[in-house]
Amino acid sequence: MTNLTQTQVRERIEKRLASRHRKEKMFRGMGIASIAFGVLAVVILFSDIISKGSGAFVQTAIELEVHYDAQVLGIDKVDDESLAWANFSGVIREALRERFPSVTGRSDKRELYSLVSSGAPFTLRDRLAANPQLLGKSEKVWFAADDDVDTFVKSLKDSKEGFRGRTSEQKAGWIEQLLDSGELKKRFNTTFFTNGDSREPEQAGIRAALMGSLFTLLVTLALSFPIGVAAAIYLEEYAPKNRWTDLIEVNINNLAAVPSIVFGLLGLAIFINFFELPRSAPLVGGLVLTLMTLPTIIISSRVALKAVPPSIREAAMGMGASRMQVVFHHVLPLAMPGMLTGAIIGMAQALGETAPLLMIGMVAFIVDVPGGVTDPATVLPVQIFLWADSPERAFVERTSAAIMVLLSVLILMNASAVMLRKKLERRW
Amino acid sequence: MSTMTLDAAGHAEAVQSELTGEKMAISQAAVRKTVGQPFSDTAKLRMRNVNVFYGETQAIHNVSLDIGRNEVVAMIGPSGCGKSTFLRCLNRMNDTIEGCRVDGELSLDGDPIYGPKVDVVPLRARVGMVFQKPNPFPKSIYENVAYGPKIHGIASRRADLDEIVENSLRRAGLWDEVKDRLDKPGTGLSGGQQQRLCIARAIAVSPEVILMDEPCSALDPIATARIEELIDELRENYTIAIVTHSMQQAARVSQRTAYFHLGHLVEVNDTETVFTNPEHELTEAYITGRFG
Amino acid sequence: MQTPTLFALLLLLILVAYGTGFSRALSAARSRGGLRNLSSLPSYHGLFAALWCGLPALLLLGAWLVFDDAIIRSMVMHSIADKPDTIAGQNLLFAQIQNLAAGHLVGEPSPQLQSAAEHLSQLRSNSNTLQAFLSVVLAVGLGAFALLRFSPELRAREKVEKVLRAILITCACAAIFTTVGILFSVLFESLRFFQSVPVTEFLFGLHWSPQMALRADQVGSSGAFGAVPLFTGTLMVSAIAMFVAVPVGLMAAIYLAEYASKSVRNVAKPVLEILAGVPTVVYGFFAALTVAPFIRDLATSIGLQASSESALAAGLVMGIMIIPFVSSLSDDVINAVPQSLRDGALGLGSTQSETVRKVVIPAALPGIVGGVLLAVSRAIGETMIVVMAAGLAANLTANPLESVTTVTVQIVTLLVGDQEFDSPKTLAAFALGLMLFISTLVLNFIALHVVKKYREQYD
Repeated sequence: MTNLTQTQVRERIEKRLASRHRKEKMFRGMGIASIAFGVLAVVILFSDIISKGSGAFVQTAIELEVHYDAQVLGIDKVDDESLAWANFSGVIREALRERFPSVTGRSDKRELYSLVSSGAPFTLRDRLAANPQLLGKSEKVWFAADDDVDTFVKSLKDSKEGFRGRTSEQKAGWIEQLLDSGELKKRFNTTFFTNGDSREPEQAGIRAALMGSLFTLLVTLALSFPIGVAAAIYLEEYAPKNRWTDLIEVNINNLAAVPSIVFGLLGLAIFINFFELPRSAPLVGGLVLTLMTLPTIIISSRVALKAVPPSIREAAMGMGASRMQVVFHHVLPLAMPGMLTGAIIGMAQALGETAPLLMIGMVAFIVDVPGGVTDPATVLPVQIFLWADSPERAFVERTSAAIMVLLSVLILMNASAVMLRKKLERRW
Repeated sequence: MSTMTLDAAGHAEAVQSELTGEKMAISQAAVRKTVGQPFSDTAKLRMRNVNVFYGETQAIHNVSLDIGRNEVVAMIGPSGCGKSTFLRCLNRMNDTIEGCRVDGELSLDGDPIYGPKVDVVPLRARVGMVFQKPNPFPKSIYENVAYGPKIHGIASRRADLDEIVENSLRRAGLWDEVKDRLDKPGTGLSGGQQQRLCIARAIAVSPEVILMDEPCSALDPIATARIEELIDELRENYTIAIVTHSMQQAARVSQRTAYFHLGHLVEVNDTETVFTNPEHELTEAYITGRFG
Repeated sequence: MQTPTLFALLLLLILVAYGTGFSRALSAARSRGGLRNLSSLPSYHGLFAALWCGLPALLLLGAWLVFDDAIIRSMVMHSIADKPDTIAGQNLLFAQIQNLAAGHLVGEPSPQLQSAAEHLSQLRSNSNTLQAFLSVVLAVGLGAFALLRFSPELRAREKVEKVLRAILITCACAAIFTTVGILFSVLFESLRFFQSVPVTEFLFGLHWSPQMALRADQVGSSGAFGAVPLFTGTLMVSAIAMFVAVPVGLMAAIYLAEYASKSVRNVAKPVLEILAGVPTVVYGFFAALTVAPFIRDLATSIGLQASSESALAAGLVMGIMIIPFVSSLSDDVINAVPQSLRDGALGLGSTQSETVRKVVIPAALPGIVGGVLLAVSRAIGETMIVVMAAGLAANLTANPLESVTTVTVQIVTLLVGDQEFDSPKTLAAFALGLMLFISTLVLNFIALHVVKKYREQYD
C-alpha cells in the first residue's frame, strides 16, 4: 500500500474487532434461537395434544344393579325380534330410580336418567342377547356415563370445583355420592377402539375411520407402487433424452408441488362425476391419493435405481442378458429396499392427507365400519376434522386421542422406513 | 485413515499407503531428526515441536522450523507427507476441520498463533492464504478484491477502496488485463487470472505473510510461469511459504526448501543445497525420483 | 356372471395359456436337442401366449366397467318420452328408476317409471352377460391364436419385451395424464362458471357471498362472486406464514450447516423434520384450539380486539409447518456451496458469520429463492389449517387479528355437502381451483427452474 503501512492497517483492524465479534455472537445466537423455536414448537404441539387427549383413553362408567324384568322389558322370550322391541331404557331407568329412591318429580327424574349414556340400552341388549338366561334375573352392570358426567368427573382432578357445564348442583351431588361408594369409576375406554362415529362422544370411536384409512391406503399402495416403480424404471433405464421425457420429468416435479386440494377437485370432476364411481368410497379416495403420492414414489424409486452402480448393468449385459433381463433380474432387486422406503414415506403422506378426501365426500357422518373398498367410509384425519368441529367438550378429548393414534401410526411408519434404510443400506 | 474426516483427507492424504509401499526400504529411525538449517536469525514465523492430529491419527510429528523475513520457503515432499497440513497450521485454517488438534509453539513476530486468547480474525489478516484451486467469490472482480478491506474496515471511503483495489491488482500483475471489466464476475476469468485475482485478494488486506498451497497445480505452464514471476516480485514486501508438488518450481522460486516425509520434517537447507547436494538420503531419494 | 368370478376365470385362462406355451416350447426344445436351439426361453413363450390371452380381454373388461353405466343410462333416458329439462331433474328421475329397479319401492310408481325400471334391469343383465361372453371369447380366441403361432423360431422374448416396454411407458405417462386430468377438470367447469359470472367480476370484484337463494325470486338470489377478498386473505395468511418460516428455517439451516457439531445436528435435524411429518389436520386442530384462543387472550390483554379465528393464528401455525420445508431445502443448497469459497473467506480473516452472510448466502441465493418460492406455493395451497382456523367470512382487511378467508377454504365450503353441478356456487369452486392451480404451477415452474440452474452451477 502506498499510503497505508501494515501497522496502520493492523490498527484499523483491531479497532473494529470487538463489534465484529459481537455481531458474530448475535448471528450465532439467532441460529440457536431458530433451532430452539423449532424444537419448542414440536414440544408444545406434542404436549398440548397429549395433555388434551390422554383422558380419552379412560371413560367414566357407572355401575348399576339392573333387573331384567320381563314385564318392564315387555317381552316373554329372547329372540331377535323381541330384542329389537324390548324396552331396555325402562330397565335402566328403574335401576336408577332404585339407586336414588329419594328422587321424585318429572324434571328431577329426567335429570337422573341423563347420568348414563343414551347408548346404555344397547349395552344391555347385547348382554341379554349373549346370555338369554338373564331374563328375569338381576346383575350388576357397568354403563358408560353421559359425556357431561364424564367431562365433569375428569375435570375434578384439575380443580376442586370441576367443570360443571350443563351439570346441575343436584346432579353433581349424585355423582359425588356414586364416586364415594365406588359405583362410579374411570375405566379403560374400549368403545373408542371398537365403535364407529357417533353424535354422542361417549359412544364415538375410531374403528370405522381406521378401517376406512386401511382400505384407502390399500388401494393407494396397490396402484401407486407398481405404477410408480414402472414409471421410474422407464425413465431411469430406458427413456431416451428427448423433449417427451423432459416433459414427463417437468410434470412429475410439478405434480409433487401441486396443492393436494387440487387433486380433490380432479377426483370430484373425473372419478365421481365422469366415471360415476361411488361417493365417499375408499376406492375413490385411494385413486385420488394414488395420483397424489405417485410423484413421491417415482422420485424416490429413481433415486434408488440411480444408486445401483452401472458396473452391475454392464456385467449382466456382458453375459448377453437383454435390457429387460438386466433390469428385472439384477437392478430391480438391488433397488427394492430404497423403493420400499420411498413407498412407506409416500403412504405415510397419504395417511395424513385430509383436504382432497373432503372433496370426494369422505366427510359424511358414517357410523358403520366399512367392509370393503366401495362402502361409504371416512378416514382418520377426516374423522379428526369432523370431531374438531363438534361443540361438545368431550369431543376435544377424543379428537386429541384420535390425533395421538394417527401420530403413533405415522411415527411407526417413518421409523420403519428409517430402519429399513439403515438395515438394507448397501455400500458399493 | 478411515477415522479422518473427508476434508482432512485432502490435506493429509493416504499416509498409510505410503507406509506399506515397497519403496520404503529406508529405516524409520533415519527421519526422526531434521538435518540442515531449520532455524533463521530473522525469523518471521517460528515453529517449535509442532504435532498435528486428526482424531487418533498423527499427521505431523515434532516439526520445528523458522521462516525468515522476506524469504520464500518451499515445502516439498511426496503427497500425504503433511506439508499442506503444516502450512494450514500457520494461519489456523485447520480450525475448520473437525477433530483436528495442533500442539507445539507457533508464533508470528513473537505473538503466539495458538492459544485461548488468540483471535484468529486479525491473525488471518496478517497471514493470508492462496489455495490450491483458484476460489474467487461469485462476485465481480472489484468486489473480490475489495472484500477483505471492507470486512476489516481498512478503507471506509470509496476512493480509498478504489485505490486499494487498483494497487492490489497491479501487484498481482492483473490490472492491465481487467481494468476495463472490474464489474464482471471473477469466475469468468481464466484459471491463471483467477489465481492471480486470489493473490490480489489476499494482498489487499496488507498481510505480512502469504501462505500458498500448491497455487499452480490447477494451472497450465504459461499461467504457472506468470505466478512464479509474481512470487519473486512479492518477496520484496512479504514473507512467503509455498507448498509445491513440483521440484522445479521450488528450485525456481524459493531461497530455502523444506523436505517433508510422512509427517516428519527431514531436511531444511538452502534451495541450491537441497537440489544439488542434499544432506539426507531420503531427500536425495526423493529429488532423484526414486519415489514421490 | 359376477365381475370377480369373471376376473378369476380370466386369470385361470391366462395361467392355462402360459402353461401351454411353456410346455410346447419345452417339448419342442427336447425334440431339437436342448434349450439353446430355441430362439427364446420357454418362459417367454408362455408369457407371449399369456399376454395375447389376457391383455385384450382385461382391457375390454376394464373399458366395459367404466362405460357401461353411462351408456345404459343414456339408453334408458332415451326411451323416456317426457323427461325434465334440467340436469338435476334428470338426475332425480334416474335415481328413482334405479331405486325402483333395485326393488326399493317409494310410493306408487307411474307405469312409465315402472317400464323404465324394467328396461334398466333388462339392459343391465344383458350387458352383464355380453361382457362375460365377449371377454371370455376374446381371451380364448387370442390365446389359441398365439399358441397356434408357436414355432421354435418365434422371437417370443422380443415381442414380450416390446409389450412390457409399452406398459412401462404408459406408467411413465401417468404424470402427464394427471396434469391433463387436473387441467380438464378445473378448466371445463370454470368455463361454465364464467358463462354465468364474467371473468372481470370474478377477478376484480370486491364482494364475495356465494350463497345462492333457493328460489329465483328471493332477494339477493344471484350471489356475489368477487374473489378479491379471498386473494387478499390467502396472501395475508401466506405472508404471515413466510414471515415465520423463512427467517427461522433459513437460520436453522445455516446453524446446522455451518456451526452445529455433529451431535447437535444428529438430534436437531430429525426433530425439525418431525414438524414436516405432522398431518395438516393436526396443525389445524392445534391452531384452532390452542393458538387462536391464546392470541385472542393476548390481544385482549393488551387492549386489542381479536376475533377467535384470526389470520394470525392460521398464518403462525402454517409458518411452523413450513419451517422444516424451508430449512431442508436451504440446507441442501448451502451444503452445495463449495468449501473452497468458505476457505477463501476465512483465509482472509472473515468471521464465520461474515463468511456466511457475505459469501455463502449470496452464492446460495438462487437456490434459497427457489426453495422459498416452493414454500410460498405450499402456503397458498395449504387447506386444512385455514379451514379450521382462519374462518369463513370474506373480509377485505389488512388486520391480521381479524378473521379472513382463503381460496382453499372457499373451495372446501362450496364443495362439501350436497351440491348440484350446474349452480354457479359449485362451479365457482372450480374457478377458484383453476386460479390456485395456475398460480402454484407458475411458482413451482419458476422455482424448479431456478433450483435446477443453481445445481448445475456447482456440479
